[in-house]
Amino acid sequence: MILGTVRGNIVSTINHPFYNGKKMLIVEKEDFAGKPGGYLIAIDGGVNAGPGERVLVVDEGNSARQIVKDDKAPLRSIIIGIVDRVDVEA
Amino acid sequence: MFLGRVMGTLTPCQVYPGLEGVPMLWIQPLDKQGNPKGDPVVACDSTRMAGTGELIYYEAAREAALALDPWFVPVDHAIIGIVDELHNVP
Repeated sequence: MILGTVRGNIVSTINHPFYNGKKMLIVEKEDFAGKPGGYLIAIDGGVNAGPGERVLVVDEGNSARQIVKDDKAPLRSIIIGIVDRVDVEA
Repeated sequence: MFLGRVMGTLTPCQVYPGLEGVPMLWIQPLDKQGNPKGDPVVACDSTRMAGTGELIYYEAAREAALALDPWFVPVDHAIIGIVDELHNVP
């Protein structure tokens, strides 16, 4: 799983039927030290994440398809949690 | 999923069974602000509606194969949808 911050969203009308009505968010990934690097577009897995929030993203296809209960969904990244706090011991 | 810009089309004369008639487009990967990043790739278009110059989002790896009909054809990038609006927060 990946830790990241929601940095925006995408609006789309012409898309694969699976993505109809799905909330698509731009997530900026962060590394162990909290340094941002790279991004991905993930759908919201029912946690209602919004811009600025720190989220937990599953970036693996089989797990994502299991969450949406659709084994033919062309999906890899899904937001499964909102992070309150991260503790790192040096 | 990632953002991309359609740069052109590609017409193969021989394709693997299942890929006949599937549009293939050159796409330039973009960063989250929409600036070019990385080398262009060829992607199959699952919407069948994307054209040159359009902002799209695409799926990479195994999930790309699930987006097309017939599904599970040998592709590694597929356009999932066309972006109408892109919202970024700093």
